[in-house]
Amino acid sequence: MRNVSKVITVIVFIFLYVPIIILAIASFSSGTDLAVFKEFTLNQYHELFRDTDLLALVRNSAVIAVLSTAIATILGTAAALGMHKMSKKMRNLVMSMTNIPMTNPDIVTGVSLALMFAFTGTMLKLNSILGFWTLLIAHVTFNLPYVILNVMPRLAQMDQNLTDAAMDLGCTPIKAFFKVTIHEIMPGIIAGALMSFTMSLDDFVISYFVTGSGFVTLPVEIYNYTKKPIHPKLYALFTLMFIVILALMIIMNVLQAKADKKKSESHVNQMGGVS
Amino acid sequence: MKRKWLTAPYIVWMLLFTIIPLCIVIYFAFTDSITGEFTFSNITGMWDYAPIFLRSIWLSVIATIICLIIGYPVAYTIAQCEPRTQQMLQMLIMLPMCMSFLLRTLAWVALLEDTGIINNLVTALGLTPLPLIRNSGAVILGMVYNYLPYMILPLYTSISKINPRLIEAAEDLGCNKSKVFGKVTLPLSMPGIASGITMVFVPAVSTFYISQKLGSPGTILVGDIIESQFKGAYNPNLGAAMSLILMILIFICIGISNHFTNSDSEEEVMMP
Repeated sequence: MRNVSKVITVIVFIFLYVPIIILAIASFSSGTDLAVFKEFTLNQYHELFRDTDLLALVRNSAVIAVLSTAIATILGTAAALGMHKMSKKMRNLVMSMTNIPMTNPDIVTGVSLALMFAFTGTMLKLNSILGFWTLLIAHVTFNLPYVILNVMPRLAQMDQNLTDAAMDLGCTPIKAFFKVTIHEIMPGIIAGALMSFTMSLDDFVISYFVTGSGFVTLPVEIYNYTKKPIHPKLYALFTLMFIVILALMIIMNVLQAKADKKKSESHVNQMGGVS
Repeated sequence: MKRKWLTAPYIVWMLLFTIIPLCIVIYFAFTDSITGEFTFSNITGMWDYAPIFLRSIWLSVIATIICLIIGYPVAYTIAQCEPRTQQMLQMLIMLPMCMSFLLRTLAWVALLEDTGIINNLVTALGLTPLPLIRNSGAVILGMVYNYLPYMILPLYTSISKINPRLIEAAEDLGCNKSKVFGKVTLPLSMPGIASGITMVFVPAVSTFYISQKLGSPGTILVGDIIESQFKGAYNPNLGAAMSLILMILIFICIGISNHFTNSDSEEEVMMP
């Protein structure tokens, strides 16, 4: 049984990575067809760096991802801190509101926001308000639940006596909050922010509905590209992004391993452990 | 300190950008596209699309079941590894999720096409090319490929949280391997199964890109129709009615699945 599971695991990893490998190989081919490898060339990479439009799209995506993550992290962490102090009934009510964007399909979230923006646009007698701001609002909206769902469990795990102890030792409530509470829930905040960032960077469906002609992100433009025969410099971009994300993940892994080691060396017995 | 008030900006934000938009969807679903008057015709008109709704649900249910069947052994195997290896493997599962799913789906087109990579191999072996693309099988494959990580991660989280002492206890009390699995591991991983099902089924049932690229006109899904109401043949009222029905159907499907997995939504297992 265990061996069967292992075989399935190996096959699944191959299955997940075959398309990525195909795209990476195609980025070095001189042809345009993904299925046929013509000649080895680095031309696609040259073209990619000469294409300022494409690089602008990458920048747009990064700007939206960074801003929406920052806003969602602050709003979401504040919300989680407040919810922690609420009565169970109130908290459940707010939580069910948080779950709406999580369980709603992206297309419905996108459509509902698009309709509201169109509605607001006509009320303000503007032709179209779709663009940077609508995109930012949409991204913050779908990022918020990730922050809250990551911070809430940390708050629940936290020992309430810690803040009391800090205040007994002379901290003001605000100082105790910054010295103790924030420190304790930091892993949750970081996890939520990271998740928001990746979700935002790669979001296509919601962005597609709320974006205007003025401000477009990379995934939306890739969709427009894939309607026509696609230019292979996109494969080069894909491959570079893959390498960057892989490198970031490895760095994070190494840092995490170091932090874990430190933690096990210092004999402080942390509750719950690192998830 | 009245910390409760820290939640206020968030509540305002969610009211403005989640609750009100949904109310507007309902408003559009019940108004006429030309006169703007109240009407049921958008909703009753949905009967014409019943086969498409059924097809979307059918294909994504199959994709979800496949994801569960192949995702469970993967999550289980990862959870048995050394902690360092676990982190590496978990990262490798998450990595494809960060990459453009549009381009990855396009790579599947190159694999499955009539003159694609697989069929080139098949013809090189002297066999006739296989009809791999433009059918419901290809759409299911695309769904499984894209959403499998969303099944594996919550499963892995809940399996790795199981206390090994419980398994030892069951073994000490005379359970064999398969009984331990059926009596301990499987029931304790139910929250992971429930959230995995939701996280695969919801995006699968509402997808529109996968069916456009890997399917045929015969495998049009609800997502395709909604998309075309907003981006092509502009009829937002019909699109809104369709989104509303889709939301309700998903609500029912998740309700059914939670009923079978006996999990209450509060213990939802998030991605790690």
